[in-house]
Amino acid sequence: MTKKKGETKHTWRFTRRRFLKGSAAAAAVIAASGVTRRVAWSEENTLSYLCWPGHGAEEVVGPFEQANGVKIISKEYVGGEAMMALINQSDSGTYDVVLSDREYITMLRAGGLIDEMDPNDYPFDDFWPEFQKMPGHWLDGKLFSVVLDFGYLGIVHNTDVISEKEASSYKILWDPKLTGKVGQFDWYLPSMGCLSQYNGNKSPFDIDDAAFSKLRDTVFSLKPQVAGYHGIPDIFNALKNGDAFAYQGIGDWITILLAADGYPVTTTIPDEGGIQWTESLSLSTGGKKQAMAKKFIQYLTSPEGQIRVALKSSYMGSIPNKKGWTLMNETKPEGATILRHRFDQRNVMDEYADGKIALRQLPAQQSIDDWSEVWNEYKNI
Amino acid sequence: MAHNALTHPAARKVDGYALFWGLPLVLWQVMFFVAPLVFLVVMTFWTVKNFRLAPDFDTVNWVNMFSKSYVIDTYFRTLGYGALGAVVCSVLAFPASYALAFKASPIVQRIGLFVIITPFFTSYLVRIYSWQAVISDSGLLNGLFGLVGLGPFDMLSTLFGTMIGYLTLTMPLVILLQFFSLTGVDRNLIEAAHNLGCGRLRTVFLVIVPSAKTGIILACTFAFILCFGDLVSPASLGGSKPPTLSILIVDTVKQGNNWPRAAVVALMMVLTLIVVAFTAIFFAYRVKKEKT
Repeated sequence: MTKKKGETKHTWRFTRRRFLKGSAAAAAVIAASGVTRRVAWSEENTLSYLCWPGHGAEEVVGPFEQANGVKIISKEYVGGEAMMALINQSDSGTYDVVLSDREYITMLRAGGLIDEMDPNDYPFDDFWPEFQKMPGHWLDGKLFSVVLDFGYLGIVHNTDVISEKEASSYKILWDPKLTGKVGQFDWYLPSMGCLSQYNGNKSPFDIDDAAFSKLRDTVFSLKPQVAGYHGIPDIFNALKNGDAFAYQGIGDWITILLAADGYPVTTTIPDEGGIQWTESLSLSTGGKKQAMAKKFIQYLTSPEGQIRVALKSSYMGSIPNKKGWTLMNETKPEGATILRHRFDQRNVMDEYADGKIALRQLPAQQSIDDWSEVWNEYKNI
Repeated sequence: MAHNALTHPAARKVDGYALFWGLPLVLWQVMFFVAPLVFLVVMTFWTVKNFRLAPDFDTVNWVNMFSKSYVIDTYFRTLGYGALGAVVCSVLAFPASYALAFKASPIVQRIGLFVIITPFFTSYLVRIYSWQAVISDSGLLNGLFGLVGLGPFDMLSTLFGTMIGYLTLTMPLVILLQFFSLTGVDRNLIEAAHNLGCGRLRTVFLVIVPSAKTGIILACTFAFILCFGDLVSPASLGGSKPPTLSILIVDTVKQGNNWPRAAVVALMMVLTLIVVAFTAIFFAYRVKKEKT
């Protein structure tokens, strides 16, 4: 008994010391991770940026940070709905600047999550006319978001297996040579949107219930062709290793990087049409550094900022600022060629002018639930 | 003596020593298992409006999830996949565990154990992506098959791919558990079996396996638990074709931030695992009553 007591006593002293040591270590770990970041976020010389991957990288924001003595703290997400979830779960003012897909801006405003902006603060006169009054950015005549970059979604295909001519219609996805070889980007919106265009819907997301029912049948009929339902890393791998020869609903943002590595893949916008994605910048409601946030958006939409956004290594994107195009042709001509941003040959704005491009938007006549439900069933049949 | 001590009235007093050492475990379990589980149950009754969670008491999520035939299909599919993964892993692991436990010299045993532990040094995700390069259509395996005029075989984005991932996840653990269980088998029993004329194979099935039953069942159960809840293998090697419950949880959260519906699926998984684990423990420790 005595011995036992002695042991306990000894162990207690030992544990207390260990406890203190452990606490110090834990505090160090916590300080080195999340908590420090929170403390840092509250510092005056930082700006928090909610964005798609790569937008907060040094190669994009470095010059702004140096010029203004400010550190951009980025929080990355993949997918508009992930962005909505993050911003809704955060305290007001957690983010100063929000990069959002165009179709979610209305929701952000409805939720009181973004502030009105002054159009005079941003270089709209330098933008291509198509991007000066984009639907969704202006609500009730007030500006809520400034477009940063964009791209087109159509058929991404392996050019050794599918020619550009064959990819001029979504019909190729049902070709017997692609049985088990059509990859599916696991996001219902662009993937189903392109198939809606195949069905002849000029406004692919604004369709009545009869057209929606037909779309459901079209989606399900593609099942035998499906290689798998893939997130972004798996798309890269499947296109590299030949497990998928085609995808609908993705575009240059995937293929430019792969083609640069020598893989035989490209994006073709079929005759039935393609879909445009657009990323836009807004000021977060409750952000405590509105002046610096405004300056940051001005930088990103300036010619230099635009080139850095366009050519960033996570994924490339087209830019709306014509002066950005000019500067890119002068300083990064190879980038201008890859992105089809040259003035002396057919470029991305010509495709826009052809009327083949529909804006990606949320389902208009059905709910998000209705569309995602079809996608879930499709994955399970 | 021990029995007497336990039943002695004095021993029923609170044992401070045991309490002191036992309490952290209890607190840990309460904080990180019971409390989240209760929260999970509560959350299944919440609602989501415009991507925002709202505390509520609505059975809509339960009704919604259980009215979808694909949710039920996915449940049974995941159960089947988990069971298949666990059985295949246990069967494939057994010869290795047996050889290590009974045939290997002590030095080979140590090297063998080290080799089995080595995969844990790399991230599971990295190992899965490596498998993509091995079993893809233009991958290493199909390249080798091609040399002898075979293939290419579809391995990625199939059940085979998922199983490869499950085995990558579970095999080292199952071999270790089986090994430790087999090393505990009384060698005299094996010798006795041999002396009585029992062949090698019969000895394995009639003496060794029953003696190591507890460890073998627990290893199989661990394999099931890991496979049943795994997201990476069915998504990245199985191509989500078709999906499992873990993928369904991700999809449900991704589409409309619907955590409450995802919580319903998560709860289905937790309850299943509790039932499976307790059933397995019952069978693992059950002592057959002698017929008189």
